[in-house]
Amino acid sequence: MSTVTYETHEHDVIVIGAGGAGLRAAIEASNLGLSVGLICKSLLGKAHTVMAEGGVAAAMATVDQDDSWQTHFYDTMNGGKMMNNWRMAQLHAQQAPDRVKELQEWGALFDRTKSGDFLQRDFGGHQFRRLCHVGDRTGLEMIRTLQDKGVHMGIEVYMECAITRLLKDGDQIAGAFGYFRPDGRFVMYKAKAVILACGGLGRAYKVTSNSWECTGDGHALGYEAGAELVDMEFVQFHPTGMVWPPGVAGLLVTEAVRGEGGKLTNKDGERIMTKYDPDRMELSTRDVVARAIYTEVKEGRGTPHGGCFLDVSYKPAETVIRKLPSMYHQFKELANVDITKEAMEVGPTTHYAMGGVKVDADTGMTCVPGLFAAGECSGGMHGGNRLGGNSLSDLIVFGRLAGLGAAQYVKGIAKAPAINQTVVDDAIKEMTDPFERTTTETAYDVHAELQDSMQMNVGIFRTEDDLQLGLANIQKYKERASKVVAKGGRAFNPGWHLTRELKNMLAVSEAIASAAILRKESRGAHSRLDFKDPSEEQAQVNYVVKRGDDGNAIVTPVPKAAMPADLQKILGEQKDLQPQREENKKTRLAQTAKE
Amino acid sequence: MADVKFRVFRGNAEGGEEVDYSVTVGEGMVVLDAMFRIQETVAPDLAIRWNCKAAKCGSCSAEINGKPALMCKTRLDSLDTTKPVTVRPMRAFPIIKDLVTDVSFNYKVNKSIPPFKPKPGTDWKMFQEDVDRPQEFRKCIECFLCQDTCHVLRDHGKHEVFGGPRWFIRAASLEMHPLDVEDRIPMIKDKLGLGYCNITKCCTEVCPEHIKITDNAIIPLKERVVDEFYDPIGKAFRKLIGAGKK
Repeated sequence: MSTVTYETHEHDVIVIGAGGAGLRAAIEASNLGLSVGLICKSLLGKAHTVMAEGGVAAAMATVDQDDSWQTHFYDTMNGGKMMNNWRMAQLHAQQAPDRVKELQEWGALFDRTKSGDFLQRDFGGHQFRRLCHVGDRTGLEMIRTLQDKGVHMGIEVYMECAITRLLKDGDQIAGAFGYFRPDGRFVMYKAKAVILACGGLGRAYKVTSNSWECTGDGHALGYEAGAELVDMEFVQFHPTGMVWPPGVAGLLVTEAVRGEGGKLTNKDGERIMTKYDPDRMELSTRDVVARAIYTEVKEGRGTPHGGCFLDVSYKPAETVIRKLPSMYHQFKELANVDITKEAMEVGPTTHYAMGGVKVDADTGMTCVPGLFAAGECSGGMHGGNRLGGNSLSDLIVFGRLAGLGAAQYVKGIAKAPAINQTVVDDAIKEMTDPFERTTTETAYDVHAELQDSMQMNVGIFRTEDDLQLGLANIQKYKERASKVVAKGGRAFNPGWHLTRELKNMLAVSEAIASAAILRKESRGAHSRLDFKDPSEEQAQVNYVVKRGDDGNAIVTPVPKAAMPADLQKILGEQKDLQPQREENKKTRLAQTAKE
Repeated sequence: MADVKFRVFRGNAEGGEEVDYSVTVGEGMVVLDAMFRIQETVAPDLAIRWNCKAAKCGSCSAEINGKPALMCKTRLDSLDTTKPVTVRPMRAFPIIKDLVTDVSFNYKVNKSIPPFKPKPGTDWKMFQEDVDRPQEFRKCIECFLCQDTCHVLRDHGKHEVFGGPRWFIRAASLEMHPLDVEDRIPMIKDKLGLGYCNITKCCTEVCPEHIKITDNAIIPLKERVVDEFYDPIGKAFRKLIGAGKK
């Protein structure tokens, strides 16, 4: 038995991650009378959800009366290139309005229409004005609302605690092991159910809009515990990240800028989208706009710092400041650019993982009994490409369902799982080993190389050769990562933390590259230069990644479940209505641009 | 590219010292970039709390050349880099390690503020002009720089009896919510200790979200305290005519 001490906490359910999905899941489970522990890697209220700007998509029809869940469902499937789990897309479209209203009932203050209702704005891929918002800080409003709701319900919050391993009793989930970041003390959580809500994986790439926390923890913890990952080849590159100064390269420029009439031009002053999607222009889907900007830069028509111009300065200054206050300050303070007077420079940035832990749509449970996932670290909802605004709604819809699913599961299990001491000892050893090593390489070195390789080889445009090279690199980095050294003590030691996070990023990178090699077509966010067109055959399958006994990824094509007739009928009806609606949207946007 | 000297506090609750690091800086860099550079090269265990690096999460608060500021938002070209740039942890909170402090005090205060309580039977209609005021306070990213600079906490250590500016704007955002019916004025006076604030506006000056903490939250709350506790005639009159708290 290890001589290293650790503390123990016990709950019915533990939720790992305290962004929108984790908080919403914890609230639901707590509301159903369960003892809930909410674990967050940083301080409560700092999760990446705070960065979400544009809005939360929900067919409330408070602005465009013709909107309905059916149209939202259609837009989501259409944006996801029909790769979505249709049941998730259906539940999401049906339940999002109630979830947003619920936030209002918990104190959230959304922007209003003249008649005192939810104001909704246009966004890429949504045919109607559908995004409820609070200026350009919608995520912050949501996380504060959920945070205060949760805290006052008596949910136990464990702040600045990183989970390094899920613990099982046989096949069944039994808890988790981790450490507290401030002092490095180890901790074991015993739980009947575990909900993963750890967010994204952008930090595996060099240029990303994601915060340091987004190291694929939920994906990797689930994967290591035997859960499956789905759609990992689909990584969203947001078209508009800042490109300058270097310290903020990748930082998000909200799609709301384009929703409010922002125009994209190249160095020659051409409206670039006239070439790539003349119908939808700047509000085309994110995959299309990202490739457009990338192509302009690659073909030599980029701006001085290697991007394209995004301009709202033709609009009245007070409108820009009122509608896009965070963007105004972000550019003013970080880039010394006044967006009311000059254009922004923007380029693609790694933004969102459509892929994630494969779950049951209605309950959020993975193939591991007692293990659930929700939010960005789960997969299926967004298919091949996520629409803007569908992420915040995803969090609250599926966060709630996972909380509900976990509660039902806990009430149904016959006996509480037990945790074997050797498993805990092994988890401790994994974390103390880096201090014992006499090697010289640090996790920082390997991480920097991984980020470069993922950016170069598994990025926005892909080829067989590049992907194979990327995968071979990952295998080498895995070897090196098992030998990295940590210096100093366990108290707040980022060099030590990275030794573990690096493994998570390597696991998700391997899953992305492996699935991307097999998807020999271009679809949604996955663009292959050697297979430029979508393939009918590939359209029939999702790629599922599982961890093999040798620690390497095993990818299997899994045929998509057949869509029921009623949903197919909806898709057919909505498709017929689309041309007129797109026309209406174009007229509307031309009007917005003038205002 | 030039070399700039950073004088960074290294230590913990027991004590510590300022350590000099030389960093080669480039165009557009912020203080947090320089701290990363130190971390990646010579001091991998330098403790920094940060998340978004976009001034949206409020994690990387510190004192730069003695001034409370977000490290991610302080550009090096805004500082005099001919002299060493000092970077120290916030002073109003106990040090955990290096630049990281224990801010748990804030979470305790928040928990003591009664949550949103909606008007029974409301139809949830609200108008923009009515939500504008509380929306300003809800921009707060909880960086706690206002708490750090507030002399009641910073110099006098009145953490036991004083909530601090962050929690006044939190309370104000709830009090000014058009559909809220909870009365927090007694706890704002007695538990949050609003009376200790003598409106020197230091909090407003350091707010990275440019929230007018003193003018728009603290002063109106002080007026409500006066109305409720020190103006019995006005209170009786309002009761008589049935005027609500808003």
